[in-house]
Amino acid sequence: MAMKRIGVFICHCGRNIAGTVDVKRVAEEIGKREDVAFSTTYVFMCSQPGQKLIEDSIKEYNLDGVVVANCSPTLHERTMRNAAARAGLNPYRVEIANIREWAAWPHEDNPEAATRKAIRIINATIEKLKANASLEPLEVPVIRRALVIGGGVAGIQAALDLADAGIETVMVEREPSIGGNMFRLSETFPTLDCPQCILTPKMNDVGGHPNIKLYTYSEIEDVSGFMGNFKVKIKKKATFVDWDKCTGCGECLRVCPVSVKSEYDLGMKDRTSIYIVNEQAVPLKALIDQDSCIRLKFEKKVQEGKIKPKKNVKICSKCADVCEPEAIHFKNNEEIVEEEVGTIVVATGYEVMPAEAFPELGGKYPDVITALQFERLLSPSGPTAGVPRRPSDGKIPKSIAFVHCVGSRDPQNGVPYCSRICCMYTIKQAMLVKHALPDTAVYDFYIDIRSNGKGYEEFYHRAKEEYGVNFIRGKVSKVYKVGDKYRVQGVDTLTGRIVEVDVDMVILATAAKGSEGVKELAKKLRIPYDEWGWLKEVHLKLKPLDTPVGGVFIAGAAQFIKDITDSVAQGSGAAAKSLGLLSKPQLEKEPLLARVDTEICAGCGRCKDQCAYGAITIDPIRHVSVVNEALCEGCGACSANCPTTAIQVVNFKKGQIIRAVDILAEVF
Amino acid sequence: MELKKIMFYPGCTLKGVAKNLEDSTVESARVLGYDFIELPGWTCCGAVYGLAQDSVKFTIANVRNLIRAQEYAEKIRDNRLVAVCSMCYNNLRRAHLDVMKNRDKLQTLDLFMDEEPDYKGEINVQHYLTFLKEEGFDKIAENVKKPLKGLKVAPYYGCLLLRPDEVAIDDREDPHILEELLEILGAEVVDYPLKNECCGSYHTVDKKEFVAERTFKLVSVAKEVGADIITTSCPLCFFNLDKRQEIAKKKHSGFEHMPIVYFTQLMAIAFGINDDKVLHFEQHYVSPREVLSRWL
Amino acid sequence: MMKYTIKEDPHNDERVREIMEISGENIFACYQCGRCSSGCPMAEFMDVLPNQVFMFLQEGDVDTLLSARTPWVCAACFTCTVRCPVGLDLAAVMEALRELQLRKNYDYVDPYRVENREELPPIALVSNFRKFTP
Repeated sequence: MAMKRIGVFICHCGRNIAGTVDVKRVAEEIGKREDVAFSTTYVFMCSQPGQKLIEDSIKEYNLDGVVVANCSPTLHERTMRNAAARAGLNPYRVEIANIREWAAWPHEDNPEAATRKAIRIINATIEKLKANASLEPLEVPVIRRALVIGGGVAGIQAALDLADAGIETVMVEREPSIGGNMFRLSETFPTLDCPQCILTPKMNDVGGHPNIKLYTYSEIEDVSGFMGNFKVKIKKKATFVDWDKCTGCGECLRVCPVSVKSEYDLGMKDRTSIYIVNEQAVPLKALIDQDSCIRLKFEKKVQEGKIKPKKNVKICSKCADVCEPEAIHFKNNEEIVEEEVGTIVVATGYEVMPAEAFPELGGKYPDVITALQFERLLSPSGPTAGVPRRPSDGKIPKSIAFVHCVGSRDPQNGVPYCSRICCMYTIKQAMLVKHALPDTAVYDFYIDIRSNGKGYEEFYHRAKEEYGVNFIRGKVSKVYKVGDKYRVQGVDTLTGRIVEVDVDMVILATAAKGSEGVKELAKKLRIPYDEWGWLKEVHLKLKPLDTPVGGVFIAGAAQFIKDITDSVAQGSGAAAKSLGLLSKPQLEKEPLLARVDTEICAGCGRCKDQCAYGAITIDPIRHVSVVNEALCEGCGACSANCPTTAIQVVNFKKGQIIRAVDILAEVF
Repeated sequence: MELKKIMFYPGCTLKGVAKNLEDSTVESARVLGYDFIELPGWTCCGAVYGLAQDSVKFTIANVRNLIRAQEYAEKIRDNRLVAVCSMCYNNLRRAHLDVMKNRDKLQTLDLFMDEEPDYKGEINVQHYLTFLKEEGFDKIAENVKKPLKGLKVAPYYGCLLLRPDEVAIDDREDPHILEELLEILGAEVVDYPLKNECCGSYHTVDKKEFVAERTFKLVSVAKEVGADIITTSCPLCFFNLDKRQEIAKKKHSGFEHMPIVYFTQLMAIAFGINDDKVLHFEQHYVSPREVLSRWL
Repeated sequence: MMKYTIKEDPHNDERVREIMEISGENIFACYQCGRCSSGCPMAEFMDVLPNQVFMFLQEGDVDTLLSARTPWVCAACFTCTVRCPVGLDLAAVMEALRELQLRKNYDYVDPYRVENREELPPIALVSNFRKFTP
């Protein structure tokens, strides 16, 4: 039933709209329409008096539809629909005409054209509105469980907050232990706490929490379902050890004859083939690396038929021989498990560019390493017990150069953005070097020191005033080896001189990027990401934790590189967001979804192929499309691809859109 | 064996003070089965390329050279034009890329040279190193008669083989093509960190002290990293690194001379060519004879 | 010398604009990291470092640059150009600074007064005269 008593409310938006568009004239013109019962203007429709004006007018003029001409619907559609609902009008009978972004702003220099365009946009919106149906929100049930992907500090915080609030929480971490990059750090700026002291209690809380189910050395295989009702397949990678039996005693590590670079120590230390990440790992369990284990490599070759097993030859089983609980079975125990959850928090963190990516800065030399690698050398629990030594020869460095912005702020050769944490961790590392080795000279080559956090600027001054770190403003261009030393070719842009210094070690503050593999994960979750692997939020300022997929939130460095303080805050934030959903017995869902006219539908399946949410199936008996309302997001891809008009999104029907477009495209 | 005909662009300097580069290039190519034919009707490349947006004068001679090559390419059915001088290579290649990208510029030049045929853009300007690599380095290995075993060589690329990016023959910060070749010749390649740093170039005309300082640094560091000899492909780099050692030695007591050779001379020697008419050591300020005596 | 008064917005300075036109580069993109200077093989002989050239331009002080030695010390080796994080072709900007003077029929080098001309290879003379004479 087409509407006949429409109210049109034109917002001035201060001078944003009224400064260009002649709002009075617009109201008059629109008021001439037969189907418009009332039209008016107001300085801020979104203000409380503005909303009151709409509510009162609905009642006074008995309006059956409302158009508010103001800003983008992403901002105030909800405000206006709520106002209408309070006055007893179905909220889906309210439409927004965006005359600010579409008319006022782009045509600031031509008020006449802007005014005419505003009238046209409103007329088109009225035509669309007239065929709107009254709708009620859908209700969907909620599974009161949460999934946290990533066991770094952000994920740990999110999981603990959720679990403490009584939500059963599943945590998936791809490394054998939780802890993330923070677990690798020496000390943290600006408080100089050691992660081994402040992070491990939280790790143990996760490990022992009755509400947390922990899957480490596991990856997300598949995600299906929708907000409140996700089904997640998790791959538990092969450990070749029965973790129910393993006590983490470490006897096996002592007998394993194989030695490879440790991932946890970023190549600064070796580990055995059967290994435990470190003494404080959670869970404290041993696993075998199948690429280096003598026995597993041999068995693989036999399996592939590359070698024939000889009789009476005993292949290495030293670890199993000393394992008292008999946990080591050498059997491929990879398995897929399924979990059902209502919300998902993605906290996949970051990685840094490798030193090798910068040959001009000496990245190919063993004593030129990334700052994250240097964290291991500064860590009291690291390979050098916190007193840095050169990886090449184990000598204590008498001089160290730090280079900031390696790959950062460099759209031509690296990433365009500032990696945000490097200034502070470099200052911290310089301090720690001076603390461990007071006689070692430290040269810090920076472009700008960015110390914008609580206590950060003061921390920088301490490094300058108390620790005797030398700060030189200018980007280093080249590092090369001469004899036993590394020659750093820099500049001091402040005095305007070329600066050269020979040092024993060079630390590169390389650019941060989203974690490896995050793009594949994002595809599984259907959430957007950028070319550097950062997950994209819905609104940078106001919805930094939300993704376009309802029920999926992001936290910590997965969104963009950030320090521990901010990561923890976001972890808690994402947990609160999840709790907000999980605390409702039912979830409300926008009813603007695809519907099938089974009289017309021929069951061709084109809509099904287009649906990114897997919401469409073909009924095998009636041979027509069927929409799962819980999965449908109302995007309209199905409708656009339907050869007839059998599948359409409610209130976005073909007739409505065509009439609106006709008006917009009308020739003057 | 019949030799394969390849167009060769020598450039001015090779016809005079860099006979050592020209003859060792042509002779080393001959050993590998190529007849390097001097491009008929070539003119000077101009040595440096114009960087101003409105510059056409530095492009015209190069496009004319490319037109000459276009004509000859049809005869020998090979569109490759090989240069060995870094500056010639850089100029010819940049001119080609420039006019391919800016068709207006090409049109202006074609109109200006209205008696010449138009340039069709099909000439593949290659540096000798790239040519060799594409043809297969294993061919070289087969012809090594006197491996340069024990000769410690610093490979020096200079600027114009690596920069700007569009003409680079290898990774601009960490090139390896010359190292690869030298290793095939049996030489011991030192890790020479200044291999892509400028020698001071044309300043050798009016500011030779600056160039002598560059030479001092480039040679000293080569010595520090253990080199006996530096090898290059550019006659200007060669002149600066070789001849400017004279001033460097006057200014820096304790500075020791180091011979400079073209990589093509090393190739010729490794191929067993020990002929003064090819190697022309008389054109060197610092004689390489002693350092190379074991293979001569 | 140590004080400079900005008289108009450098973005409107005619000569700054001319330099941008000849070089085809937006000199205002430079954010003063200094990588051009630290990598410049000729920097030690300059009186104004490459990064400072850009600051002078950004402040509209073209006079200082026209009397500076730097544009004539640049060897057009492109080390700065390929490393510049914001993709500025610094060699072209140096060329523009030279062109501004050469286009007024100025000879920076007089070919007839070159010392020991006979010992120099053609490649040196041609490149030098092309860069330093109109």
